[in-house]
Amino acid sequence: MSDFQLQILKKLAELNEIKSTAQVFPEKNSQEVLAALSSLNAHSKLNYVKSENIAYDLSNEGKDIIANGSHEMKLLSLVKELGKLQIKDVMSKMGADGKVGQARAFKSGWIVKNKENELEVSDKFKSQPLDTIEDETKILLQKIVDGETLDTKTINDLKKRKLITPRKLTDYSVTKGPDFSLELAKLETDITSEMVATGSYKDLKFKAYNFNSQGVNVSSGALHPLNKVREEFRQIFFSMGFTEMPSNQYVETGFWNFDALYVPQQHPARDLQDTFYIKDPLTADLPEDKTYISNIKAVHENGKFDSIGYRYNWKEEECQKLVLRTHTTAISARMLHDLAKDPKPTRLFSIDRVFRNEAVDATHLAEFHQVEGVLADYNITLGDLIKFMEEFFAKMGVTGLRFKPTYNPYTEPSMEIFSWHEGLGKWVEIGNSGMFRPEMLESMGLPKDLRVLGWGLSLERPTMIKYKVQNIRELLGHKVSLDFIETNPAARLDEDLYE
Amino acid sequence: MPTVSVNKKQLFDLLGKQYGNEEFDELCFEFGIELDEDTTEEALKNNEEPELKIEIGANRYDLLCIEGIAQSLNEYLGRAETPKYKLTKPTTKLYIEQSSEQIRPYAAAAILRNITFTEKSYASFIALQDKLHSNLCRNRSLVAIGTHDYDTMEGPVYYRALPPKDIHFIPLNQTKEFNGAELIEFYKQPEQKNNLGRFVPLIENSPVFPIMMDKNDVVCSLPPLINSEHTKITLDTRNVFIDITAIDKTKADIVLNQLVAMFSRYCDEPFTVEAVEVVSEHNNQSRIVPDFTERKMETSVTYINSALGLEQTPEQIVACLKRMSLDAVKSNKSDDILEVTIPITRTDVLHPCDIMEDAAVGYGFNNLPKGEKLSNANFIASALPINKISDIFRVASSQASWVEVLPLTLCSHDENFKFLRMKDDNTKVVKLANPKTLEYQVVRTTLLPGILKTVKENRKHSLPIKVFETGDVVFKNNSLERKAYNERHWGAIYVGKNSGFEIIQGLLGKIMQTFRTEWIADYGAGSTGRGYWIEQDDSLSTYFPGRGARVMFRSKEGENAKVVGNLGVLHPEVMNNFDVPFAASFVELNAEVFL
Repeated sequence: MSDFQLQILKKLAELNEIKSTAQVFPEKNSQEVLAALSSLNAHSKLNYVKSENIAYDLSNEGKDIIANGSHEMKLLSLVKELGKLQIKDVMSKMGADGKVGQARAFKSGWIVKNKENELEVSDKFKSQPLDTIEDETKILLQKIVDGETLDTKTINDLKKRKLITPRKLTDYSVTKGPDFSLELAKLETDITSEMVATGSYKDLKFKAYNFNSQGVNVSSGALHPLNKVREEFRQIFFSMGFTEMPSNQYVETGFWNFDALYVPQQHPARDLQDTFYIKDPLTADLPEDKTYISNIKAVHENGKFDSIGYRYNWKEEECQKLVLRTHTTAISARMLHDLAKDPKPTRLFSIDRVFRNEAVDATHLAEFHQVEGVLADYNITLGDLIKFMEEFFAKMGVTGLRFKPTYNPYTEPSMEIFSWHEGLGKWVEIGNSGMFRPEMLESMGLPKDLRVLGWGLSLERPTMIKYKVQNIRELLGHKVSLDFIETNPAARLDEDLYE
Repeated sequence: MPTVSVNKKQLFDLLGKQYGNEEFDELCFEFGIELDEDTTEEALKNNEEPELKIEIGANRYDLLCIEGIAQSLNEYLGRAETPKYKLTKPTTKLYIEQSSEQIRPYAAAAILRNITFTEKSYASFIALQDKLHSNLCRNRSLVAIGTHDYDTMEGPVYYRALPPKDIHFIPLNQTKEFNGAELIEFYKQPEQKNNLGRFVPLIENSPVFPIMMDKNDVVCSLPPLINSEHTKITLDTRNVFIDITAIDKTKADIVLNQLVAMFSRYCDEPFTVEAVEVVSEHNNQSRIVPDFTERKMETSVTYINSALGLEQTPEQIVACLKRMSLDAVKSNKSDDILEVTIPITRTDVLHPCDIMEDAAVGYGFNNLPKGEKLSNANFIASALPINKISDIFRVASSQASWVEVLPLTLCSHDENFKFLRMKDDNTKVVKLANPKTLEYQVVRTTLLPGILKTVKENRKHSLPIKVFETGDVVFKNNSLERKAYNERHWGAIYVGKNSGFEIIQGLLGKIMQTFRTEWIADYGAGSTGRGYWIEQDDSLSTYFPGRGARVMFRSKEGENAKVVGNLGVLHPEVMNNFDVPFAASFVELNAEVFL
């Protein structure tokens, strides 16, 4: 226990209550006082209440008045001594203070001016001894020093006369605490293994905790938010019976990425502007299924399976060009072709990277992740797709969907999926879906009545909304902040996705 | 998807109703086009007429102009009938000469007689050509359109290919005559780069240029570049000759049909077009163009109902299709069969499924009964095995206090090789042909560049920096159909004031333990069972000499051990190449060995 702490306790024992630490311990600054009080409070020795007041300090001029009397009193004393004083000599005898004193002495009726412009003591005070005349200024200042409360008008007057200056004063009132005593037991900060083992904790006093605080930073690893959202989607798919496709194949052939999906060879998606082509290796093989290739050729060139086709010269070379897949639907196509060997109701999904040769900006990267679901079943309907989309998106907390007709080369009908965005106050597109075209499926050898639904969305968009990321480059790729990864919360898509 | 700008007032006048914003948005939504933008606010400020920017389906060329949008919406709303397009007998011929085979073999033409343009319809006529050129015509490479004042020409018209020096004419909006070669030079000037200069490469290197000339050898156009000043059309033109040249005949016919279908409405006899007789004997392409033959497609009531989950009568389906400009009648073959007439403008209809979709749009997607057929009960889901392995790596690494990062798969060639002190022997890495930036030259063969780039961006993070990635790298393999395959890798780095090699070594041990793989002492001699060990490998030049090792893995008793990865202290040159001013150790494994 420090000397000051003991001093406080003793004073408290003596007074039973300290109304103002500032008055009782004027020599201590408020930080020193607070440190001592809070430490004693932790030991339940005392309680304290803080208050903020204004205190007044005397200016040098004020201090001089306390010591030597006010200017008016000095002037009175001088005039009394001299009998008479020329007004013009006040300045030379007493300086600027003399003028102040002169005005106040007149006001108090202590002195008067005669016809010769001389000052003399007034009749009333002529015979009164100097030490019996009340020096009001000095008395007021003494009251300030004594900490007495003066009325606002007086304070303002003294302030105006630059005799006092205000100061913010932190003050404390102190009362005895439940364990008040003049001794201080040593407080333990922590329970130690030794105390647990020996039971010594029973006789010890423990320091109170400050619960208004955060703990220390825990060093930990973290998973990337995009992968956390990906996991949410995977769990939704698993819960609906979907098996994950082997989407680990970035390099694709023109055949699977485009031709198999009934994307004509002059389609803008196949432009150098949109698709990454590969120069090494340069040329792919064609699929081994020759019937399939001839079906694809027929369906593009002249039509087949009730389709009139696109009616152009279909070239094998275009199929053999290698690309970085522009969508995971290339993998879905391969899976559907495999399904033709043993057609049956099937549910498949993938969440993986796709590549577009696009200009990079806040919402576009050359690489991003596509979430894709494929559902094959006999004689399913567009109404089934709508219902299924509602169930799928409901699992991520998105309800009230609307469906807009759109165009996709490989699905017909095609529907864009919209949901109402509370924040933006408008309908926003959240995914794309459709029924795969019969030309595409029948070319693979799938039966006519096995219909296939497909839908997709980007993984980044819901993640950016969930984690309030404005720029896709700060999510995917090397420009991510590790602090962001380390501190981001669990994904939980079902909790207010579009808050 | 293409976006078409239309005059708001004009469109609403054509639709016979001044729509509110939400109401028009709703109409577009249900029909399958999208109102992208309404410029009303901005237009009011600039004292311009408000426009609507409407996004249309990429296969609906008939919606590329206001005439088409208004026509289709009016039919959808039941305010209009699908026009019946009529062809009148040709009065002139278009001779296609064999020389054209060397450059653009197909041509077609049509004449719009007694047309009356207004300023708006004239602008729309020009805009539609631009839209067709940039969409269906693939920037004029497949098809090019020329339009001419027929009163300045005299038929028949000849389409041939001539050497550039033999071509002389004043091009559109110029005053001086050019020959073909001069013309190329003129349009190659920098100020033409984003204008006609874009089309120069389509013919530049050909010894002959395609040319459309009239009876008197007056040049009408040099497709796909420019028309002639002589035959220029104006607001006052009454007879328009449209020439089409192409390397794709189907698209040539589509373009011609769309143009005349949209603008014949402004002729004295609306929707009537004068045909042209094409004489093209060398390739048996002589015919009368445009081809207005009505296309019929059969579909069945059962199919449409089954695909949409409805039980509509044929009459109800016919009514839905009518809203979508498809005229359907019950076939006399069977009550179930509908015979659908596809208008010349609806080239998007390729298969009965396209009719089925229109039946759905006509009915309203959002009015369809929700299906109840799909139950989740009969399907057993499973994860992709390699993704399961990935997750084991990810969870174990993050439990060991490493932070997961997701760099890009594409990187520069230097980042994958030179910066790592490695040489490209051209046997492994997949190289891109057309990247827009140096950042995307190759598909990575190691996770290290992306991880180091991530560390670089996070240099200010407190040390040590411990990050990992589980992701795919790609290697070439000529025996595969796709000539390349993905391989799942796991990589982790420790970056700090010290290299932290033993920490990375410890992490490797932790991971191996997670995969039931014990460390084997004495470089594999300590046991004959499953396990791993590391061996110094000075061929790994990414690491500091003497501080790099390969990771050996024996999967089970009796198996040969194989290299499954490597680890080491990264060479200071590597750190400097990636601008990371710290020491670091790295480990990378092929995750697929644990499958």
